[in-house]
Amino acid sequence: MPPHPESWLRVTPQGLYCEPGGFFIDPVRPVGRAVITHGHADHARPGHDAVLATPETLAIMRARMGEGAAGAAQQPIRPGEVLEQGGVAIRLAPAGHVLGSAQVVLDWQGSRAVISGDYKRQRDPTCAPFEPVPCDVFVTEATFALPVFRHPPPEAEVAKLLKSLALFPERTHVVGCYALGKCQRLIRLLREAGWDAQIHLHGALASLCRLYEELGVALGPLAPATVANKAALKGAIVLAPPSAVQDRWARRLAEPVVAVASGWMRVRQRAKMRGVELPLVISDHADWDELNRTIDEVGAPEVWVTHGRDDALVHALALRGIRGRALHLVGLGEEDEGPAPEVAEPASAAEGGVQA
Amino acid sequence: MSVPAFAALLERLVFTPGRNAKLALLRDWFATQPDPDRGVGLAALTEELVFTAAKPSLIRDLVAARTDPVLLALSHDYVGDFAETVALIWPVRAGVNTPPPALSEVVEALELTPKPELPALIGGWLDTLDSSGRLALIKLITGGLRVGVSGRLARVALSEWSGKPVEEIEEVWHGVAPPYLALFRWLEGNADKPDPREAPVFRPLMLAHPLEDADVAALRPEEWRAEWKWDGIRVQLTAGPGGRRLWSRGGEDITNAFPEIAEAMEFHAVLDGELLVIRDGVVAPFAELQQRLNRKAVTPRMMRDFPAGVRLYDLLFEGGEDLRPLPFDARRARLEDWVARIAPARMDLSPQIAFGSVAQLAEIRDGARAASIEGLMLKRADSPYAAGRQKGLWWKWKRDPLSIDAVLMYAQRGHGKRSSFYSDYTFGLWRPDGEGGEELVPVGKAYSGYTDEELAWLDRWIRNHTTGRFGPVREVEKSLVLEVIFDAAQLSSRHKSGVALRFPRIARIRTDKPASEADRLDNLMSYVERRAPAEEDAAG
Ligand SMILES: [Zn+2]
Repeated sequence: MPPHPESWLRVTPQGLYCEPGGFFIDPVRPVGRAVITHGHADHARPGHDAVLATPETLAIMRARMGEGAAGAAQQPIRPGEVLEQGGVAIRLAPAGHVLGSAQVVLDWQGSRAVISGDYKRQRDPTCAPFEPVPCDVFVTEATFALPVFRHPPPEAEVAKLLKSLALFPERTHVVGCYALGKCQRLIRLLREAGWDAQIHLHGALASLCRLYEELGVALGPLAPATVANKAALKGAIVLAPPSAVQDRWARRLAEPVVAVASGWMRVRQRAKMRGVELPLVISDHADWDELNRTIDEVGAPEVWVTHGRDDALVHALALRGIRGRALHLVGLGEEDEGPAPEVAEPASAAEGGVQA
Repeated sequence: MSVPAFAALLERLVFTPGRNAKLALLRDWFATQPDPDRGVGLAALTEELVFTAAKPSLIRDLVAARTDPVLLALSHDYVGDFAETVALIWPVRAGVNTPPPALSEVVEALELTPKPELPALIGGWLDTLDSSGRLALIKLITGGLRVGVSGRLARVALSEWSGKPVEEIEEVWHGVAPPYLALFRWLEGNADKPDPREAPVFRPLMLAHPLEDADVAALRPEEWRAEWKWDGIRVQLTAGPGGRRLWSRGGEDITNAFPEIAEAMEFHAVLDGELLVIRDGVVAPFAELQQRLNRKAVTPRMMRDFPAGVRLYDLLFEGGEDLRPLPFDARRARLEDWVARIAPARMDLSPQIAFGSVAQLAEIRDGARAASIEGLMLKRADSPYAAGRQKGLWWKWKRDPLSIDAVLMYAQRGHGKRSSFYSDYTFGLWRPDGEGGEELVPVGKAYSGYTDEELAWLDRWIRNHTTGRFGPVREVEKSLVLEVIFDAAQLSSRHKSGVALRFPRIARIRTDKPASEADRLDNLMSYVERRAPAEEDAAG
């Protein structure tokens, strides 16, 4: 009888720890040995001694943290290659989340755990598609684990953006999107939809776009979004970090239509609270149907949920006889689409005047 | 195709704060949608079409039969709005390839389908739609689209799209019914203007320009007639064999909100006047009229506590006779004669004010301090009743605004273009705190009056002087004085300070004044007027 993964894969304050292998997966604090699923800041943190990840993830880490902080010893491993560490076979499989993202497949004494990191099943022209790997324990995220989250086809969302540009040709369309992954995917989707014009980038997005191009993802003509040149940005698409589209930076654009590309845009109240005029439901995380479909495909009798809406997912799994366990890992879900953006209701700080 | 198209329009409208952008979306709808769906959609947006066949409980039962109760509850808890939860959680049924229904099909089927068959019908529709289509359908059939499209805005969009003047559209609007086929045929130049015949329709109002100092000197007293400018809401009364209607200034039908007025309209005429709360001949402050506005149901108690009346100032039609081409003096004579003859309940004449010189008129204007009077109206004796705002025929001469120096307390971001600026300001005045010291009490909120430069300056100041945050609201250091002007101050039990300001706006930033020297609440209280002038004052 092979050992249950519970006996060799443990939750520690640093994150998930593989005991016989002596390494952590996506640890939140500096450790000796780390396997990193992908380059988002909540999964890839600086200061580890040895780092094992895909070549793309390592390149992203170096670009974001600088050579020194991205792991003293970096070991690239391509999907399919197997590496042994303390009797544990380590292999990476594509996760379809962002460029370089991978699931970590661990085999020990005939028992297998798959740590999926963040993943999605929708098509993404900027990275390899998710590969289901049968296992005994599947470790999953649950960012969008409520049945109200079903991401529509991203092509339809991009069509909405293009329709708005046709309807408001004088207005700058500024789209809030995360710097790593979402931004480049959006650009590729726009190119596929026939948008050949220059796409303007907020300064915070430029370096990762350059890196994607170096890694072989062609993005077409890009230009910096110089807000000083307001007239040139009329009718243009400007991409910016979500925090910038709602603040002073965006107001200097020509009558901006503020769009945000995120899975959270699916719920109207949330989008409205953030003052978004054009919500685009485009996500790099699995939606409710994808989560459930994936769990069924990998056939694991037991599923561990790292972060997100574990209550709903564990309940849905129980209905199908799958044992679900919430790990409550801290520190995850802080970059990219992150936790649900909670905005407090306007406090009635004061009484209003009578308005005619 | 059309429920999804309507859903896409709704979605854009819900998120679009700007009026111009809303107009562009509506024009696009008129230009691209086929009949009868574009008219059905228009009626749904302006809430001319209201359904009652499907109750929210029907939707609740439909979704309950299709989802796990725990997941439904968790989802509802997260989303908040139940209709939206249903639209999002509705499971996709494999193998459904029926096309989604047309809007007109939905409307027709809801009317004809027997009640027991409604759940299957609606469930079947929901299966054919995506989430935004489902949300549109659910909101449509249970009422409550609430997308901020008034009838007036829709008519402006129709005018911009077709090139026909909005006044002409207003005239026929209430004589045509959804799906407005005759209206669209006319707007597209394929038919004559629809004839409303006996139906009560709204006639576009004649509007006044503000009188500037430069215009005052040019006034020749003998050519002008003066009346008080009452602080109520402008209304048009239309009554005849075809029915009775009370229209707001923008042409919205507000008859149901004031049943006592409708009941009193036992005549055949079209009149222009001011809707007011009037007790024993005395006009109450605007705040009291506001109690009656925007209420769905009118209770007998509200009618007793806030009795509505109309002060009449013009007669547009008597019977079928159109008096609008007549000079003002002739219409006034007909109006006085008509009021004397018909003596309608709840209505009286807006008195004319005698004056010998412009200087005397200015004195009368400045002497009026009653909250129910905003200033004077000046009407040219020979002017016809002309729709819209023609310069030089009617003037409004508002008395100077009142002013206080208040302390900025809280700021909030604005909407639309201003959503990145802290542009809504709550300000307060000092009052004794009961322990020998003084405290600030909020007295009002202002969103306007400043220049773009002042707005930018205030925004920066607020960001640099924030002391606390509650959601989108920032509390600031109590150190900036703003000169706030307003039209009137009224007692109000709904406000912490006990007083409400009418139309407050920022006049100046007083960086020269320390906060401790801002006004006291007592200063503001001295502006509060509880009494409207009696008739004899007005006639003087
Ligand atoms: Zn991620």
